[in-house]
Amino acid sequence: MSFEDLATLLAESEEGPLTCLPYAQLLGLHYVIADATGVTVTMPFQKTLIGAPKPPRLHGGTVAGLMEIASIAQLVHELRQETTRPGIKPINVTVDYLRAGQPEATHARARIVRQGRRIAHINVEAWQSDPAQPIAGGRMNALLTR
Amino acid sequence: MKRLMKPVIDQFLKLIPHMRELNIRYSAVGRDWAELILPYDERLVAYPAEDGGPGIIASGAVFTLMDSVAGFAVQAARRVPSGLATVDLRLDYLRPARPGEPITGYAKVHKLTRSIAFVRGYAHDGDREDPIAMMAGCFMGTSGAKS
Repeated sequence: MSFEDLATLLAESEEGPLTCLPYAQLLGLHYVIADATGVTVTMPFQKTLIGAPKPPRLHGGTVAGLMEIASIAQLVHELRQETTRPGIKPINVTVDYLRAGQPEATHARARIVRQGRRIAHINVEAWQSDPAQPIAGGRMNALLTR
Repeated sequence: MKRLMKPVIDQFLKLIPHMRELNIRYSAVGRDWAELILPYDERLVAYPAEDGGPGIIASGAVFTLMDSVAGFAVQAARRVPSGLATVDLRLDYLRPARPGEPITGYAKVHKLTRSIAFVRGYAHDGDREDPIAMMAGCFMGTSGAKS
């Protein structure tokens, strides 16, 4: 699968809404790129993200979706120097839920732990008001197709 | 009995905003398992088709379906409804979903202890012998816990 549109978007602007993926738009995601930390993806709170009404809590799937897109965005960002960019196929995703998702903005940032020729292994964390208190952690293996 | 339950459960699903947003529908429920359906929707595409046809659904949306159906299976197995939290959930993406097809999520509780439910499941797009994703997860009752 090609993420050419995402690569183009990330190369054009250091921040903005993730308009190139319909699912990212549904979650309302936008991103910021910083030299030191890479891509941070933010999911502002909206009522359509709620998975448990009383008290309101984010649906776990929205946090997983955010973290998956943050992982792919970071990978696309780091692959930008390569002359022939590989396709990216998610192999698996594991999410550990650490705290309930409060009805507020959620941020996610990924780190590429190992990027080989064929597989990339990515760690990702999601947090709300305090980065030191993550609400979820995740790992993703992605196949790079060249 | 299950047929009578369908409108009730569909109504319940509509009360959960993100389930309504994704239009997740009730399919079936058993003693320790459940099945839900995620209809195809252009808004859930993460891999647009190059020819402008229907694109491939985001794996994140499949994750939401499987988290939901696994939670349903645990509620069915526990008999007494209670708060539930996902401890962890893993999905193996076997292949991309066929564009335009609804996705069915199935989950079954393999072990229920006083505090933890161990769940396995899969998602398919028409043929359960040819799943698109495999799921493994753990859930925890939250009665009396602060969240």
